[in-house]
Amino acid sequence: MRLPPNTKKFLEEAGAIAQFTGRFFREVFRPRYEWAAFIHQCYMIGYKSLPLVGLTGFIMGLVLTMQLRPSLIDYGVESELPAMVGIAIIREIGPVITALIFAGKIGSSIGAELGSMKVTEQIDAMEVSGTNPFKYLVVTRVLASTLMLPVLVLLGDAISLYGAYLGVNIKATTSFSLYYTQVFDNLSFGDVIPAFVKSFFFGFAIGIIGCFKGFNSSKGTEGVGHSANSSVVLGSLMVFILDLIAVQVTDILGLN
Amino acid sequence: MEAAIIIQDLYKSFGSNHVLKGFNLELKRGENLAVLGKSGSGKSVLIKCIIGLMQQDEGEINVLGQSIRSLNQDELDHLRVKIGFLFQSNALYDSMTVRENLEFPLRRHWMEISNKETGDLVMESLENVGLAHTVDLMPAELSGGMRKRIALARTLILKPQIILYDEPTTGLDPITSKEISELMNELQKKYNTSSITISHDMNCIQRTADRVILLVDGIAYADGEFDQLKASTDPVILPYFE
Repeated sequence: MRLPPNTKKFLEEAGAIAQFTGRFFREVFRPRYEWAAFIHQCYMIGYKSLPLVGLTGFIMGLVLTMQLRPSLIDYGVESELPAMVGIAIIREIGPVITALIFAGKIGSSIGAELGSMKVTEQIDAMEVSGTNPFKYLVVTRVLASTLMLPVLVLLGDAISLYGAYLGVNIKATTSFSLYYTQVFDNLSFGDVIPAFVKSFFFGFAIGIIGCFKGFNSSKGTEGVGHSANSSVVLGSLMVFILDLIAVQVTDILGLN
Repeated sequence: MEAAIIIQDLYKSFGSNHVLKGFNLELKRGENLAVLGKSGSGKSVLIKCIIGLMQQDEGEINVLGQSIRSLNQDELDHLRVKIGFLFQSNALYDSMTVRENLEFPLRRHWMEISNKETGDLVMESLENVGLAHTVDLMPAELSGGMRKRIALARTLILKPQIILYDEPTTGLDPITSKEISELMNELQKKYNTSSITISHDMNCIQRTADRVILLVDGIAYADGEFDQLKASTDPVILPYFE
């Protein structure tokens, strides 16, 4: 059967990403373990992203609260504002928005960095010096992004809830403890755990796509730009696709 | 003299482009061999096959008594430590300082040595290339010739037995080019390495090579000393030396 060129290209790329992911799982358990590079990547990917994630989380919580209030007043349920904002942030908005910010910042940075290393033969230089570049560059980055995104989501959620608390207090007066009691009384493990678990998958997808695009960058600066760009586009798209899968899974498991 | 590298009937193609078509080569220990050929003739492919960055389609590559094809990844990595590779683009790690660039191979392969010994080796390598003062600079802060010297220092830091030079003087001015060629000779004498130099810079080849192989149409068309080939009246060889 003769496939249309775009379909063929899409299938080839999907196959190549699957192979790349397979190689990741083969390499990740094999010594030698690159602890120093992994810790460095955790610092670069996790700690260095915190200000951006924190700021966007704060604004998100504040804006969401301010925009929800009029509708809730219309329905006479203004008192439910903390509960609603809490569930929206923890279940969906926190993980997804943090992952999208993460894809923009980290996905592009990984794609551009590895792409640049590829076209300037630095990856080849690493390989000929007897260092496995896949382990040193890819495994460490993918692991760090998989483990750091959930941490950023937790911190982003906390900051976002604080932003929402300020939002609640713009036109009303609610004490800090009452606000948090209302938020947490309306949250169950079924809200928190799936949201936390899916952020590991988001982090993994963003890391593996950034590394794949960078590691397979074509020659030249245009190739590096393309790697960075497509890392963000495909990474962000994967976040939504995984979110869709996650909501179906939690629905089947009765956690919705 | 014992051979450091033996290549027999090497074939390599990219689709319908047959680059190497039965190439043969023998590099003796302590010898400096130059492979001369037009751009796109397969010179870089040849040394990338030797170091295992590319897989040959057919033929045998034997390096320091080991067949490249039969080695697993760990064995290949182990062998690569004994081979230095100087890239045409230098391939310095641009996110690391000169010191970190030189420390990188040491910290990964000579883990038993102390920080002081690592520092001493880094300084020794930099002194060899006359650039001890650049130790804390970033590669972007160096000129083209300095980057080439640093790349050479990094190549030599693990004391390899064989060095593969990929276009070592391309993009350099004639004076720097001469300095790099002289440096290659000095370091070869000091560390008693064997080397293959891929180049079309005739001055560099004349200064550094004990023997020259001419790569034409995927085969070793001619093999001999520089002056021998230069004196040839063969119409294929002649244009290279005009």
